Amino acid sequence: MNKEKEIVLRIEDVHKSFGENHVLRGVSMGIRRGETKILIGPSGTGKSTLLTCINMLTPPDAGKIWLLEDEITGSKRVNLLRQKIGFVFQDFSLFNHLTALGNVSIGLTKVKGMDRKKARKKALEELKQVGLEEKASSYPAQLSGGQKQRVAIARALAMDPQLILFDEPTSALDPELIGEVLGVMKKLANQGMTMLVVSHEMGFARSVADEVIFMEGGVIVEQGPPAQLFSSPKVERTGQFLSRLSGLFGEEGEK
Amino acid sequence: MTFWQVIQQSWSPMLDGLQVTMQLTLLSIVFGLALGLFLALGKVYGWKPLRWFCTAFIEIIRGTPLLVQIFIIYFGLPPYGIRLSPLEAAVIAFSINSGAYQAEYLRGAIQSIPSGQMQAALSMGMTPWQGVISIIMPQALRRVIPPWTNEFIYLLKYTSLAYIIGTPELMAQARFVASRNYEYFQTYLFAALIYLSIVLVFSEFFGWVERKFRIPGFEFHK
Amino acid sequence: MLGLGLGLAVAIPISFLQIFAPQPFRFLASAYERVLRSIPLLVTLFLLFYGLPTFGIRLPPFTAAVIGVGLRSSAYQSQIFRGAILSISENQFRAALSIGMNRIRAFRHIVMPQALRLAIPPWTNELTIVLKDTSMAFALGVVELVRQGRYIIVATREPLVIYLTIAAIYLILTLLSNNTLGRLEKRLRIPGIGVEERVR
Repeated sequence: MNKEKEIVLRIEDVHKSFGENHVLRGVSMGIRRGETKILIGPSGTGKSTLLTCINMLTPPDAGKIWLLEDEITGSKRVNLLRQKIGFVFQDFSLFNHLTALGNVSIGLTKVKGMDRKKARKKALEELKQVGLEEKASSYPAQLSGGQKQRVAIARALAMDPQLILFDEPTSALDPELIGEVLGVMKKLANQGMTMLVVSHEMGFARSVADEVIFMEGGVIVEQGPPAQLFSSPKVERTGQFLSRLSGLFGEEGEK
Repeated sequence: MTFWQVIQQSWSPMLDGLQVTMQLTLLSIVFGLALGLFLALGKVYGWKPLRWFCTAFIEIIRGTPLLVQIFIIYFGLPPYGIRLSPLEAAVIAFSINSGAYQAEYLRGAIQSIPSGQMQAALSMGMTPWQGVISIIMPQALRRVIPPWTNEFIYLLKYTSLAYIIGTPELMAQARFVASRNYEYFQTYLFAALIYLSIVLVFSEFFGWVERKFRIPGFEFHK
Repeated sequence: MLGLGLGLAVAIPISFLQIFAPQPFRFLASAYERVLRSIPLLVTLFLLFYGLPTFGIRLPPFTAAVIGVGLRSSAYQSQIFRGAILSISENQFRAALSIGMNRIRAFRHIVMPQALRLAIPPWTNELTIVLKDTSMAFALGVVELVRQGRYIIVATREPLVIYLTIAAIYLILTLLSNNTLGRLEKRLRIPGIGVEERVR
């Protein structure tokens, strides 16, 4: 498949504890350019913590993370590296005081120092990419959940990231709005964006993912192509978890 | 004189003053609550002239200084034959003033109860009045506890204004003591410490009451 | 007005200290706020005006009043700003970091614009309160509205009329200032940024 492509993100033996709670107990993985990997697993297993470790919003206690040639862990230029890693939050976290356009362009003007006109043009392109150019002047409170999340994706895209991390992007959405967000994500995957997604949308995983990773208790239990993992998991726990998920029909797998 | 001597020499008149201060505060908060309930219900549920009157009353009282209100009642009324003692005048002024503020807290609390609650009450066959009394008010009153306790503390501090018309409360006593021992700073510092400790005691107490009577889902973020 | 300005100038550093500073400073700032909020303004005024001369510091009544009103207001205003800043969700800050902003930029471009808007309504209230509290400067002998009124009363012997007139002037002033700031608030309003009310 993508074996010949360069490795964009490499994670080696990452550990993280919150007080007594040892959330990540040595996680290692890699992701190549253009790949989409889906992280699944019961809640409280450290999937979201792993994502926030990658862009250092939660610095790991031990282990190393590389983005291309640069080591992220211990880097003094975390802000620079964060620009190259898009992050899409479960609760959207759009900047409430800015319009959709402002949300997408503020990183360009304030972080990258692009001039307003160019930033505006690029932001509009990104909004078009997620199908929301006509909502450019709406504020977050005037958008539906699905629209908010698409703006959040556009905001991540605008920084021209090497990789985008999605932290349960659809779990705060009403069922009828999930499709539009997954549609955008699917389109990105097809365009060759590198993505690491925490999600329990099985249909999405089946059709888009290059690999599904099952995490439990702070470690990776099993990983493999979705077809193989879903039909004949090697580890018993994986099978149990997947059958429970499909019992829930892939909606709201979490909680 | 050392601070300790000032305290020794003045604690007795100061405690007398504190007693009057507490009297003033408690009477005014209770009368104020009665007035506040009337004004709040009138403003939210009253028919038009009453609503208008309550709104105007609240706005006028809240828009003018308490000191001026005290002067109107104490100095303004006697030419018309209404002569009040300093304590009476102070209680009336504080009650009216606090009533207007309490009305606003209550109104806020009443209007924060979702309209579905009233609809549910009506759908059970309650009259609107029954709905207000047995469904809306019990919820609103719980929500009003935190701002109401704040109001109590504000009022406690504002009663110091009563010294101006000669009510013998804590502030007046402090002035009296200072005018005789000439230790202005230490005497007023003593008064400040008394106010500070009373306020702290009350706010801790109210915080405790609030935690104790909390109902899940009724957290009121200030 | 001066009192409010002084209050604002002191309040901002105090609220920053409370949120961002290491422990001893944070504690001191909180204690400052708590103490000033717990003592009646009148007592603060008396301490400044009648008390300080004990240490050889003699303030003119007007200065003492400005400092007293200002200090007290700073305690309330710092609470307003602290509340406003803290009410901006942590996630907004995280989102700003995730697109590569550093902490200072995230605070300036993301947290501050939202916090300031949130602070307008309580700040308007504070302005009204300060306006009314200037009447207490009367106790120090500052010739403000109330004292001015008393002079007239001595001449006219119409206390009720004069006091009602004073009340009306205050009412107009407070309504006017509420109105102006209300308009400012509306102009800066952004859908979805809520408004909390503090009454006194």
